[in-house]
Amino acid sequence: MIFGLPVISVAIWLPIVFGIMVLVTGDDKNAPLARILALVGSTLGFLVTIPLYTGFVTETSEMQFVELHDWIARFNIHYHLGVDGISVLFILLTAFFTPLVVLAGWQVIEKRVAQYMAAFLIMSGIMIGVFAALDSILFYVFWEAMLIPMFLIIGIWGGQNRVYAAVKFFLYTLLGSLLMLVALIYLYNQSNGSFAILDFHKVAIPMTEQILIFIAFFFAFAVKVPMFPVHTWLPDAHVEAPTGGSVVLAAIMLKVGAYGFLRFSMPIVPDASHQLAGVIIALSLIAVVYIGLVALTQSDMKKLVAYSSISHMGFVTLGFFIFNAYGMEGGLLQMISHGFISGALFLCIGVLYDRMHSRKIADYGGVANTMPVFAAFFMLFAMANSGLPGTSGFVGEFMVILGAVKANFWYAFAAATTLVFGAAYTLWMYKRVIFGSVANSQVAELADLTAREKLIFAILAIAVLGMGLYPLPLSEIMHASVNDLLVHVERSKLPL
Amino acid sequence: MDSIIEIIPAGAEIFLLVMACVILIADLLVRQSDRILTYVLVQLTLLGCALITVGTHEDGVVYAFNNMFVDDLMSDVLKLMTYLAVWMMLVYSRHYLTVRGLFSGEFMVLTLFATLGMMVMISANHFLTLYLGLEVLSLSLYALVALQRDSAVATEAAMKYFILGALASGLLLYGMSMLYGATGSLELGVVSNVIDSGEASSDALLVFGLVFVISGLAFKLGAVPFHMWVPDVYHGAPTAMTMLIGSAPKLAAFAFVARILVEGLQPLMQHWSGMLIILAVASMAFGNITAIAQTNLKRMLAYSTIAHMGFLLLGFLSGGIEGYGSSMFYAVVYVIMSLGAFGMIMLLSREGFEADTLDDFKGLNQRSPWLAFLMLLLMFSMAGVPPTVGFYAKFSVLNAVVEAGYVWLAVVAVLFSLIGAFYYLRIVKLMYFDAPESHTPIAMGTEAGVLISVNGLTVLVLGLMPSALMSACAMSVQQSLLVY
Repeated sequence: MIFGLPVISVAIWLPIVFGIMVLVTGDDKNAPLARILALVGSTLGFLVTIPLYTGFVTETSEMQFVELHDWIARFNIHYHLGVDGISVLFILLTAFFTPLVVLAGWQVIEKRVAQYMAAFLIMSGIMIGVFAALDSILFYVFWEAMLIPMFLIIGIWGGQNRVYAAVKFFLYTLLGSLLMLVALIYLYNQSNGSFAILDFHKVAIPMTEQILIFIAFFFAFAVKVPMFPVHTWLPDAHVEAPTGGSVVLAAIMLKVGAYGFLRFSMPIVPDASHQLAGVIIALSLIAVVYIGLVALTQSDMKKLVAYSSISHMGFVTLGFFIFNAYGMEGGLLQMISHGFISGALFLCIGVLYDRMHSRKIADYGGVANTMPVFAAFFMLFAMANSGLPGTSGFVGEFMVILGAVKANFWYAFAAATTLVFGAAYTLWMYKRVIFGSVANSQVAELADLTAREKLIFAILAIAVLGMGLYPLPLSEIMHASVNDLLVHVERSKLPL
Repeated sequence: MDSIIEIIPAGAEIFLLVMACVILIADLLVRQSDRILTYVLVQLTLLGCALITVGTHEDGVVYAFNNMFVDDLMSDVLKLMTYLAVWMMLVYSRHYLTVRGLFSGEFMVLTLFATLGMMVMISANHFLTLYLGLEVLSLSLYALVALQRDSAVATEAAMKYFILGALASGLLLYGMSMLYGATGSLELGVVSNVIDSGEASSDALLVFGLVFVISGLAFKLGAVPFHMWVPDVYHGAPTAMTMLIGSAPKLAAFAFVARILVEGLQPLMQHWSGMLIILAVASMAFGNITAIAQTNLKRMLAYSTIAHMGFLLLGFLSGGIEGYGSSMFYAVVYVIMSLGAFGMIMLLSREGFEADTLDDFKGLNQRSPWLAFLMLLLMFSMAGVPPTVGFYAKFSVLNAVVEAGYVWLAVVAVLFSLIGAFYYLRIVKLMYFDAPESHTPIAMGTEAGVLISVNGLTVLVLGLMPSALMSACAMSVQQSLLVY
């Protein structure tokens, strides 16, 4: 409870209310006010989520901070919120990133500032809703609502080819979601008229239906993750999105898809999940290896990091579908760590882009000479992206590989190649951009980080290092829920 | 004394008829500059009708005029929505019609007669009453479309509308006469009982009759393959008339379908459900795919209407109260959305300029962020994206379809919705991502401005709290339609 109000609802609605207030400031002549209001709103939005961490009971896998109200009586749909060890961390991650995104767009965004800031605040609230919803229709509403602000962010403030990217992003994700909707309605009719996700977990479903439902969910979640071969919207969307958009996309929105696998696919249709695990693992390994190689050939920094994201998310789905505790916890840690690292990398590229208006690796060289502080931060995040021990990137990957060895040596072998490829594409890019002699006169005139940028990177650096050196608090939180989920997934749900 | 009590259920219709005649005569004495008097009088009439409808409401189902007329909760709810939709149409179109010289007494009287037709359709319990209501509505609409005499497009649209509409009426009458031949009655309840008890003289005659009736219905709804008139009429008619055609009559059409198929021909459900599937799938496919190719917004909305009507028909397949309730909800939601969309076209239009091509919406966000936002809500609602109310309309129909065991049909429906999402999205794209082509300030009247704001926000608010409207629809269907 915060001032007598339930925590999760406050976490969802506070940013949205602030978003509307920012929107009301209207014109660009009120831009300073819009910025300050957005910063206050997002910071408050983060602060109100802290009780979720401090008040969280790690011993249980039950839902906590539960809120349950009638919403649509005719279909027995409830405003039902709650968190467990799996979702709580993503809520914190979402709320954590919003102020950083606001700060990152502080000066760079000059046109329609209020709309930009408001879009991010509203999206932050909606994404928290996605992670906290325990009613599948409530989940679906948040899930779809997320598309609208992101569509506008990419389309209005994006780069050259932004309209194409925005429409592609929207239609790809809508296709998946609509099939999921049919699956949800089907489950509703099977579960004696309940839309509660936890009730879906108990419904017995025959194998053929399980597989169809799995496929419907797979469309929805795989597009968001994104998994090979439905990943093609991501590089487009990333390249065209403004820095803040890329950060939110990579750090949080991709996690929504993976979260969906844990909350919906695996517990609702466990038999189909086992049956089709081979396919998912194969797709994940293709993402890890093939997309890793694709990343190596990129000449655009943002595209490179986008492909690196797909490759890293392959690790996450791999970890989930080998069905053991190492894999699953590793996958979850990898999601959080990837949130920090990819967010940080996109912000790094944003810093360079704001100064040079180019994302081409070839336009840079010798940046270390003019921006030493930046080079140091960038170094840390690049190392973390390649999975250096001591950074957050190492923990998740290591655990997933450990889990994969238990399942099948060759899975682990293929997955481990990422440590090589990841290091290769990240560090090679880093070398070409940062080291060497000063490439051209523009690079020579670069100014180092401002105080605002230093603050953003310092916060992220602490997060990356802290999680790398001492991941225990995070894995403690998810432990009970992950074990419970694994037990649940092992139980067959075929009707007797 | 009995006869007075007998006509009470039809009080609103009688009041409207009397007022329409009074206004027709009174308007002769009003100068064009004082036309606003007629306008106010029409609004008062609608208000009076609403009060009478609420006042004469009785629990349960009340029949009048030898069971030709029925007053139940469904008819009352639909009538109230109809008054609201017609009233909104009047408010939206006042400025639009004034600058075009169409703001005349004929327009208002014809609108009232059209409303009367819809009310009779909604309350009909007899094939002849249904037909009567339909013709009163249709004839008024033909005349309204042709009201802009000097416009070739409008005249052409009126001709097409009239000829195809007359053909449809013929089909409908023919089908009704066959049903009469087979069952010996034109009263819906009796027809249903006769068929149910197996006393109908010939099954073949029944099914033939059914085919004709369904064709007639499909014509009036604008379902594929009987949709040809829709794009031309929507495009050709002045936008105010398009709005009238595209909004309230859909409620009457819902009632029409519900009365005939559910109250009258429920025992033939195994026959008509197959026909509805074909009509619905063809409408969704054709409507959504063709809409993509349109450059004129009114035409695009016409094709989108075809697709929406296909979706609406799906609700009838389940054969249960839930399904009919979802169709009614769909119809109500559709009317709210289409009023907003056509309202927006009229708001952006000005003297000598129709804002009805897609390009006219380019950069609207820069010209007026508020209007762009409202249009965004309306478009996402039409596409069925939450948190707008359009989503719940689709959701409840899909639920009925899945419940009836047609999961494949639900998948087909969502795939076509995906295609539909593309062209709605294009409007949003034009408004937000493109630069405006003209910078002419948007001159909108205060009342229309307030109304479009309320209209747009309703879509959002109902999307956050759809429960009440949903239950109202479900309840009114439950208390009204006799299901065997």
